[in-house]
Amino acid sequence: MSNTMSDNVLRPDLDRPNSYVGRSLSRAGATRAVAGRGRYTDDITLPRMLHAAFVRSPHAHARIVSIDTAEARQQPGVALIMTGAELAKRVTGPWVGTLTCFPGMKSAPQYPMAVDRTCWVGEPVLLVVAATRAQAEDAAERIAVEWEELPAVADKKRALDPGTPAIHAELGDNLAYRKTIDNGDAEAAFASADRVVEDTFEFGRHTAVSLEPRGVLAAFDKGTGKLTVYTSSQCPHMIQYLYARTLGVPDHMVQIVAPDVGGSFGLKIHSYGDEIAAVAASIQLGRPVKFIADRIESFVSDIHARETSAKARMAISKSGEILAFDIDVLSGAGAYSQYPRTSVLEGTQILNVTGGPYRHKHHRARATVVFQNKPPSSQYRAVGHPIGNTIGEHLVDLAARALGLDAIEIRRRNVFPDDAYPATTASGITIKDMSHQRCIDVLVERMGYAELRREQAALREKGIHRGIGIACFIKSCAPGPHGYYGMGGAPIALQDACTIKLEPNGGIICAVGVTEQGQGTETVMGQIAATALGVPMSSIRVISGDTDAVPYGGGTYGSRAVAIGGEAVYQAARDLKGEILSIAGTLLQAEPGVLDIVDGAVVDRAGGARRITLAEIGRIGHFQLAELPRGSQPTLSHTRRFHLADDLYIFTNGIHGAYVEIDVDTGFVRLLKHWVVEDCGRIINPQLADEQVRGGCVQGLGGALYEHCLYDEAGQLTNGTMADYLVPMAAEMPDIEVAHVLTLSSVSELGAKGVGESGTGAAPAAVMNAVNDALSSFGARVTTQPMTPEVILTALGKV
Amino acid sequence: MSEEMAQISLTVNGEAIARTVPVRQHLVDFLRTDLGLTGSHLGCEHGVCGACSVRVDGRVVRGCLMLAVQADGTEVVTIEGLTDTGEIADLQAAFVARNALQCGFCTPGMLMTAAELLAAGAPATREEIRTHLSGNYCRCTGFHAIVDAVETTLAARLKKS
Repeated sequence: MSNTMSDNVLRPDLDRPNSYVGRSLSRAGATRAVAGRGRYTDDITLPRMLHAAFVRSPHAHARIVSIDTAEARQQPGVALIMTGAELAKRVTGPWVGTLTCFPGMKSAPQYPMAVDRTCWVGEPVLLVVAATRAQAEDAAERIAVEWEELPAVADKKRALDPGTPAIHAELGDNLAYRKTIDNGDAEAAFASADRVVEDTFEFGRHTAVSLEPRGVLAAFDKGTGKLTVYTSSQCPHMIQYLYARTLGVPDHMVQIVAPDVGGSFGLKIHSYGDEIAAVAASIQLGRPVKFIADRIESFVSDIHARETSAKARMAISKSGEILAFDIDVLSGAGAYSQYPRTSVLEGTQILNVTGGPYRHKHHRARATVVFQNKPPSSQYRAVGHPIGNTIGEHLVDLAARALGLDAIEIRRRNVFPDDAYPATTASGITIKDMSHQRCIDVLVERMGYAELRREQAALREKGIHRGIGIACFIKSCAPGPHGYYGMGGAPIALQDACTIKLEPNGGIICAVGVTEQGQGTETVMGQIAATALGVPMSSIRVISGDTDAVPYGGGTYGSRAVAIGGEAVYQAARDLKGEILSIAGTLLQAEPGVLDIVDGAVVDRAGGARRITLAEIGRIGHFQLAELPRGSQPTLSHTRRFHLADDLYIFTNGIHGAYVEIDVDTGFVRLLKHWVVEDCGRIINPQLADEQVRGGCVQGLGGALYEHCLYDEAGQLTNGTMADYLVPMAAEMPDIEVAHVLTLSSVSELGAKGVGESGTGAAPAAVMNAVNDALSSFGARVTTQPMTPEVILTALGKV
Repeated sequence: MSEEMAQISLTVNGEAIARTVPVRQHLVDFLRTDLGLTGSHLGCEHGVCGACSVRVDGRVVRGCLMLAVQADGTEVVTIEGLTDTGEIADLQAAFVARNALQCGFCTPGMLMTAAELLAAGAPATREEIRTHLSGNYCRCTGFHAIVDAVETTLAARLKKS
């Protein structure tokens, strides 16, 4: 096992029955999936079900002159054709993707489908519903739309030029939002610094490419007025709110069911107009309507992310002390700010986290977010962090090179010491319970850093160009109600909840608001509940992803499931345990305090003698209530909610190491090995935590090396297939060694922080530093991601 | 426009099947919608992601690049059939134990492809395993755990034989 458990306070419990925290249990859902018995949205078929297809905009910016649907309506199987203008009349109003916590932010009203003007290639324009998807597509092809093309704004760097037209005239210009941080006295720090290092950066627009595309199956019952929607979603309650409010159905008459979700990564925490249109069609027709995005439409209708240009500099003393950061970021939002989470978080989060591991005092940062005729960008795994970490860690390496310091040494000199918490970073965020120093120590040991440096030097003499990259990071997890969504007015729950019940047979039902996308949420919640209660895992069933069955919650986003949802489970399970022991005490004429629950039975705390099983408590508590004192009203069901009391986030920290080899003739980067040491607080299931880190790393490596939504000047996506948009595959990826330093979070009893995104947030920084370490002997460097062979050969002056 | 149809007869997971299908329907749409075999998934429908991999006459093919009518007279095996015969029970157990899957959407195709490597019965390095699986996209795991699971299963089979 690769874990470094320096202070796992539950470790002494591990030999007890039902102590599942810290154990690598297999996931229950995995046995279904390997047998082909997963049940994803597209696997569900309902009686009289129809299928939806869309006509989408072929232009980045165009006026709809006319639409002719006459021929399409005559096609076989067609049940409904709806234009954007018709849909606009069926919804309660347009969305506006702004939040009040971003003062001065602008966005234009957006309807689910374009009404009279389209603003990106792929924007939905008409919905066709037919008996089969093929028939719906046939009919869609026979719809004639006359377009008047309008000037497109594709390049974000020209979006604010005086001659560039405003995409949304009513906004006056293409500026969505601007944020500035100016803490300390950066100007003076730069003026008096021994050295200043600086660079410019380009980060390509990319997208999530979940293997299962987005999808909805909506079924409106005209008899009861109830709307049921099966959808591949991370956030069922948020979707419930959006469908209800947008389509005029009361929230409590909307049931959202997320069946198996085939990958999500933030893609599936958002609202999409085509999904609204399909649901509206079901309400209109009173029949089930299914819409599953195909891959081509996924590329042009899923949220995009990351498109950023940056200029940044860092001031240092000659002893290698980091004094100040100054960063200026330009972020491309796409055509609208995404409702309800906005498209400005990537840009603003870069300001917060750049240089986040370090003790510098002066921090000036500016983010400018602009509209373009491209799909809306928004939150995607590790929002802003891959960019902020890459910028900060690249500058640290530049400083190390300028001063002749080793990459590890300069970081040791500047990270917050492990005994410095709580602390506030120069960017103004509060950080607690961190372990940069210990993480560096573990990484150096795990990498065999000194030996690796010797190997690198020896190989360089033979003309083999290897590079070692190091990147420290911090990662925001588990947002609280004092943060963006909560203070900004978004209809997104920042709390999460658990209802836990004792059944008559002694079994436990644990219903949670956080959701499962294969990361193991249900297993982990079961481990927490079983441990807190003292019952075997086989006694517990965890339910998630159904708004009819679970208490209100935010779902899974921002690495929050264990830190927020898990704490609710822990507390609810302890409440249930308390009631069970109270009932047992009455029945056994014992003080509850002398009793405990072990292996599904109430036992004497001293000596461990079994006194009464939970099945007996369940039987009496549900059926034979006369055996209890008169007036006793057991609930055997407990709900707890949890949210962060004060903090905006729980931050985690860690460090990555990357080892790469560059073919300087072809520009290809070979990833030899990747190491991660991170501190996600309490680890419930070490294997699942490790696999979150590994999967996250590869998602980050994909963005750093391959993934890029390539747009031409007219705003056309030129590589919208999986043959052209490159994703990381098995052959290109390295083995990834993962280790953990464990510092419990002080803001909850469980002490978990978050683990789902940090790999994605830091891997691009480490691998770019490794590439530049390899290129340093040529005096070359790259600051563009993805680092394609062309980028590397350009840096080497070979193309 | 009336849709052109054709009659096909084939064996799917050992069962004789005769159906009339649209000539433009691809094999996986047929398996999923007509036969309810939803274990084969559609990830890209242009032959890149590998989620639709099925076995046709003993060879793994992209089910989205083959028409149902082209499967006339063939023997098709899907993940459901492969599970029922127990041929890859060891591999499936290794995937579960090693958590070599998260969302599970790629998994049937990944298993189908890995089964081919295992059936060849030859030793393979981690790099060779990675190369063999390089036509199957997984967004969740980062591949490391998948390579571990295949490596473990292969080693156990080689030891047994």
